[in-house]
Amino acid sequence: MMRFKGKVAHKFAESPLLQMRLPLWRSRLMALLILGSFAVLIGRAFYLQTLNNDFLQEKGESRYRRDIEISASRGRIADRHGDVLAISTPMKSIWAIPPATTLTPVQTRQLAALLETDPKQLAHKLDTDKTFVFLRRQIPPPVAEQVAALKLPGIGQDKEYRRFYPTGEMTAHMVGFTGVDDKGLEGVELAFHGQLLGQPGSRSVIKDRRGQIVEDVGSIKPPQDGKEIRLALDSKIQYLAYSHLKQAIAENNAKAGGVVVLDVRTGEIVALANWPTYNPNNREGLSGGQLRNRAVTDTFEPGSTLKPFTIGLALENAKVRSDTVINCAPGRLTIGSATISDAHPHGALTVAEVIQKSSNVGAAKIAAMLPAQKMWQMFDDVGFGQVPRLGFPGEVSGRVRPWKNWRPIEQATMSYGHGISVSLIQLARAYSVFARDGDLMPLSLTRLDSSTPTGAAVFSPKTAREVRSMLEMAVLPGGTAPKAQIPGYRVAGKTGTAHKLEGGRYANKFVSSFVGFAPASDPRLIVAVMIDEPSGGKHYGGDVAAPVFAAVMGNSLRTLGIAPDAPLVVAQSPKTPTPKARL
Amino acid sequence: MVRLNVFLLLAVVICSLGVVTSQHKARKIFQALEVEQERARQLEVEFGQLQLELSTWGTAPRIEKIAREKLKMRTPETERVITATSAGGLTR
Repeated sequence: MMRFKGKVAHKFAESPLLQMRLPLWRSRLMALLILGSFAVLIGRAFYLQTLNNDFLQEKGESRYRRDIEISASRGRIADRHGDVLAISTPMKSIWAIPPATTLTPVQTRQLAALLETDPKQLAHKLDTDKTFVFLRRQIPPPVAEQVAALKLPGIGQDKEYRRFYPTGEMTAHMVGFTGVDDKGLEGVELAFHGQLLGQPGSRSVIKDRRGQIVEDVGSIKPPQDGKEIRLALDSKIQYLAYSHLKQAIAENNAKAGGVVVLDVRTGEIVALANWPTYNPNNREGLSGGQLRNRAVTDTFEPGSTLKPFTIGLALENAKVRSDTVINCAPGRLTIGSATISDAHPHGALTVAEVIQKSSNVGAAKIAAMLPAQKMWQMFDDVGFGQVPRLGFPGEVSGRVRPWKNWRPIEQATMSYGHGISVSLIQLARAYSVFARDGDLMPLSLTRLDSSTPTGAAVFSPKTAREVRSMLEMAVLPGGTAPKAQIPGYRVAGKTGTAHKLEGGRYANKFVSSFVGFAPASDPRLIVAVMIDEPSGGKHYGGDVAAPVFAAVMGNSLRTLGIAPDAPLVVAQSPKTPTPKARL
Repeated sequence: MVRLNVFLLLAVVICSLGVVTSQHKARKIFQALEVEQERARQLEVEFGQLQLELSTWGTAPRIEKIAREKLKMRTPETERVITATSAGGLTR
């Protein structure tokens, strides 16, 4: 423009262009086109800002906003003193996306060394069409850090939890175990799965280019760790029960066994041990037999340990008194076509002596005085034939047939514990009616802190006390179980030696048991012992199970600091074996 | 009029600088918080591991073994036990 200024100095108004007469439609068309473009722009803006806003916002956020899951750990399981029985600790799992993984042989070797696998195997694992493979699960975090430091393409890691059981096989059946995905599979882990399980939380954050969290956006949902479960179990007593059971099984060359220890006052399960057992920390090659919590899932014919219930019912209904004489000679009794016999023939016995000497004939004769319905009702009242409802998997009810179908011979055999089946835990619990003043306690797996539950009365306190003193006689010299004596304490209990049923016939195999409580003056603990198929030459409950009882009970009472209630003179009787002293 | 405008402009500039620095500070502090929270989580994990170790070392079989073999301890003869009190029990 400036150049022209000098030469051609005409004004804008004189521009020849303006002189031209252009058709009006051209300017209108231009104006319309420009307006139209604006309309398109506004429409596009409206579409982006209003109609498609959510989508774009989301896209934008996905560039910087991340939702992070905050993991929650599974609750611990502790014993009554707070000692840990099961605890979760974070581990790492290493995974790979095979198509994206291209490793040099050196890298493969490095990785294999860290993961403790064979390089060939590792290469084979990576050589698949799958889009995701776990290379190794549950490795310690320091090793995972080393793997991450290799910076291998296509290899990643996840956080996961691993459950540890420090007490191992000792408490295996009680505590149970979880699967890889933190799901309770057995024992308390299953029974209290809902409470143990944690709820993972989450938070949304803004991350910068370096992956660092810059700020929180939105609300944070805090993770909820699983609840800690305090069992009633006492680790020390559990150890006593477990180690003495293990020892007895080995000495008697037995197939299996169980020990249950209950607190008389609260109904808490203080110890529960089974043999065979397993190590919950390493569950490779486990078979069903080891996993079974026999004390809860297996029933057996209890034998003579049931006699006190028959006698108790007879005393309660005033059919006999403890000094009523029952003629048990000649040690045999024929009912219908079947004959009941005593292991050792006795003559005339008082009712108390029937328990002390464990006479089948005596018990059968007393049972004959009782109506079948009343007997069935009593069995039902003490919990036989009912599932204990502890929440354990595979709890069984045992078998008590309906009274209407009882034949006289069946009622007679049931009086001494045949033709009826119970689990060890049912048997232990049933004895709480004698250890307490006639009431049956509900059982508890967890520690009870404040409320002391009361049981349902089965027998009157008078009957319970009478049976208790008879049970004390069974342990004294002249009874069936002098080996159950504990120096310094008065003990009450009953032996059981039952033939095993095999294919509907009684085989020459036995289940030896002993159930008792102490101190007899004010019972605190019930210990029930069951040894399955002892084949070391001895099979009587008084020889096989009673020593286990004495060892577990004696040491437990000492551990708990319960005052002795007997003069030590009893302890020095030559017949008494000193129980193997243990902690 | 001009002086007021200049003053307002200055005020705006100062305020915006303030916003920038406080935002920066907030992020710094937030990162420090993150670091500390991560440390807290790590410590919690370590606490769990130590608890596991504690209960592994403290299992009854191990205690008994050491008491018997290393410390030569044994349960006293029943005749030599004198009971001092009658207190004690499970539910303490």
